[in-house]
Amino acid sequence: MLDITDPNAFRSAIRMWLDDNCPVEMRDGQNTPDHICWGGKNWAYESDAQQIWLERASALGLTVPTWPREYGGAGLERTREKIYREELARINARLPLQSFGIWMLGPALLNFGTHEQKETYLPPIARGEIRWCQGYSEPGAGSDLASVQTKCEDMGDHWLVNGQKIWTSYADKADAIFALVRTDKDAPKHKGISFLLIDMAAKGVSTKPIRLISGSSPFCETFFDDVKVPKGHVVGDVNRGWDVAKYLLTHEREMISGGGTGVSGGRALGAVIADAYPDGLTDTSLRAQAMDAEIDALAISLTIDRYKDQSLTGQGTGHASAMLKYMGTELNKTRHELIMSANGSDALDWDAGLAAPWLRTKANSIEGGTSEVMLGIIARRVLDLK
Amino acid sequence: MAKLVRTEEETMLAEMARGFLDDAAPVGHLRKLRDAGEIHDPVLWTQMVAMGWAGILIPEDAGGSDMGFSAACVLAQEMGKTLATSPFLSTAVIAATALRQAGATLAMRAIASGQSIYALAIDEHAKFAPENTQLMATADGNGFQLNGHKAFVVDGGLADRVLVLARTDGGLTLFDIAANSAGLTTTQNNMIDSRNAAALSFDNVAATGDDIVGTINDAMSVLQPALAAGQAALAAETIGLATAAMDMTVSYLKERSQFGVKISSFQALQHRAAHLWCETEVTTSAVLNAGRALDENPCDATLAVSLAKARAIRTAKLAVVEGVQMHGGIGMTDEFDMGFYMKRARVAAEWLGDYGYHAEQIARLRGF
Repeated sequence: MLDITDPNAFRSAIRMWLDDNCPVEMRDGQNTPDHICWGGKNWAYESDAQQIWLERASALGLTVPTWPREYGGAGLERTREKIYREELARINARLPLQSFGIWMLGPALLNFGTHEQKETYLPPIARGEIRWCQGYSEPGAGSDLASVQTKCEDMGDHWLVNGQKIWTSYADKADAIFALVRTDKDAPKHKGISFLLIDMAAKGVSTKPIRLISGSSPFCETFFDDVKVPKGHVVGDVNRGWDVAKYLLTHEREMISGGGTGVSGGRALGAVIADAYPDGLTDTSLRAQAMDAEIDALAISLTIDRYKDQSLTGQGTGHASAMLKYMGTELNKTRHELIMSANGSDALDWDAGLAAPWLRTKANSIEGGTSEVMLGIIARRVLDLK
Repeated sequence: MAKLVRTEEETMLAEMARGFLDDAAPVGHLRKLRDAGEIHDPVLWTQMVAMGWAGILIPEDAGGSDMGFSAACVLAQEMGKTLATSPFLSTAVIAATALRQAGATLAMRAIASGQSIYALAIDEHAKFAPENTQLMATADGNGFQLNGHKAFVVDGGLADRVLVLARTDGGLTLFDIAANSAGLTTTQNNMIDSRNAAALSFDNVAATGDDIVGTINDAMSVLQPALAAGQAALAAETIGLATAAMDMTVSYLKERSQFGVKISSFQALQHRAAHLWCETEVTTSAVLNAGRALDENPCDATLAVSLAKARAIRTAKLAVVEGVQMHGGIGMTDEFDMGFYMKRARVAAEWLGDYGYHAEQIARLRGF
């Protein structure tokens, strides 16, 4: 099937394969964090169907459709990848696997890793056998990410890591972490950083979940106390980790903006709000605000499509990720404010399930670079204002 | 659907149009017309006709170039950048689309050849509401008598033909009549954007069955796609003017010094300019999409068109308000061009449906 290059024939083949292989239970479109299959050594499958779906998809490399086949992918170029995604969406299928390994470490390794690193790390990510987390932010390095201080000393036959990370998503559930560490404290701040892979089970690594305003604890503090790391665990050149980090931030921003808007394929905001008004949306002020947000959601969704089309035709998309990240996350905050408002005092009970996502969205315009950082990038790089 | 990226032909068309308009119709051209009290430059329109712009939506067998709605939007967007004034929208986009829906070959031929300039007489009050049309076309023997008034008839002062929406016994009917018909009085408005619009008064204006565009009592089947085409092209013109106003502003930030430094170094201004750029990017997608949707099916493009029009109105308003504010005092002077952009944005925001009108269309189609 993966050798079929004709787009129409490929579509038919993938459609037939999905009919036969995607379990019915996995066709409920539930791609929310609670239903994501994250994989990893300690993963507890939600159902047999979830496990079967992962095994069948990963056997063909369809958990990571664009990765080369030799590293566990399906080797699809963007046109056929788009067809695959469209066919998944057509039957409302869940993604068989999602992870920081797929979103971030994989692309980093594909671009900056050695052949040996790719062979070692990529296939287990594709099969969902290992769960990675990302160690970027530190207490003193948020928007100013290049100020990372976590110390990484060259001890001859190994690295020795000491320091602390914060806002590490799911660190307490991850098997390994990819982290930015300082390998040269005397160099200018962007020039002394390395991108290091660390086993979370290594001696000296500990985590502490952070309780958030939403009541949940998806983020942790992660501590490194004399942690020994093998020398071969640096991705890219030593002291050039910032190049890898910058590259990955682009991926992260696209992910947050696309996932956060809830625009593509999601229900219209007005329809969601109307649920709270069985006799019609009589609050004219709220209705007007919902219209504005709906207009923005539709137009941002078209912009995501336009940028995808542009990259398919080989045209650059400039600093699209910064723009989409800014616009998408600000809109998502507005969207949840309106949903809360529409549901009035009913929404104020945790058990209604609206407050936690509302509070969660407040982080969208902070994580992966704040809105202000995005505007700064656009001002400097697109408009040349300095 | 076709890709949301300009084709090679569209890119070439845009470059060609830009080259022509920068030379023949820069903002200074509109200023000159205004200062001379002129509402129209026949030479400029003749040049546009010669380049095939008047026939851009007209089939080749009626003398047009039949390039489609996306191409028409490309031209409108370029015209917006320099505020080029011409009857392109009312004649080549709106009237041509209505007449094409009705299969009126002779009338289309007259547009493509530059012989006819059309205006659309649809509004009767301060807001766009075609369904509320009160102008009456009363049956009279074999023909009709038209009585009533029309407001905000764009290009009404220079058109020789008028498409007028009238109420007939069983619904709404669109008539194509001569602007100099007996009983038709045209009063020019003194428009803020220095373009033309007029109030039309109908006092027993005679029309025949041959003057009906499409079918009696069924104006909307020819008018609806024509309005959609006009709204999309106007949205394109509007995002064109918004990006031009933004470009002027961004350039100014790099030139102007205060407190001993370029004002482009101030973060407050950087972030406002960057936000404006984001808004123009998002609206550009909606405008491109509207052209594509019309090319796919002009009778089923309401969501795409209203989205483009609504976004364009909002973005242009932001661009001109920020334009004046970031220019400071000079932005308020007539000598400076920003005011032309602000006034054109305001007129474009009202023509063919304001923000509320289009937001309402979107809400209806999105189920709330």
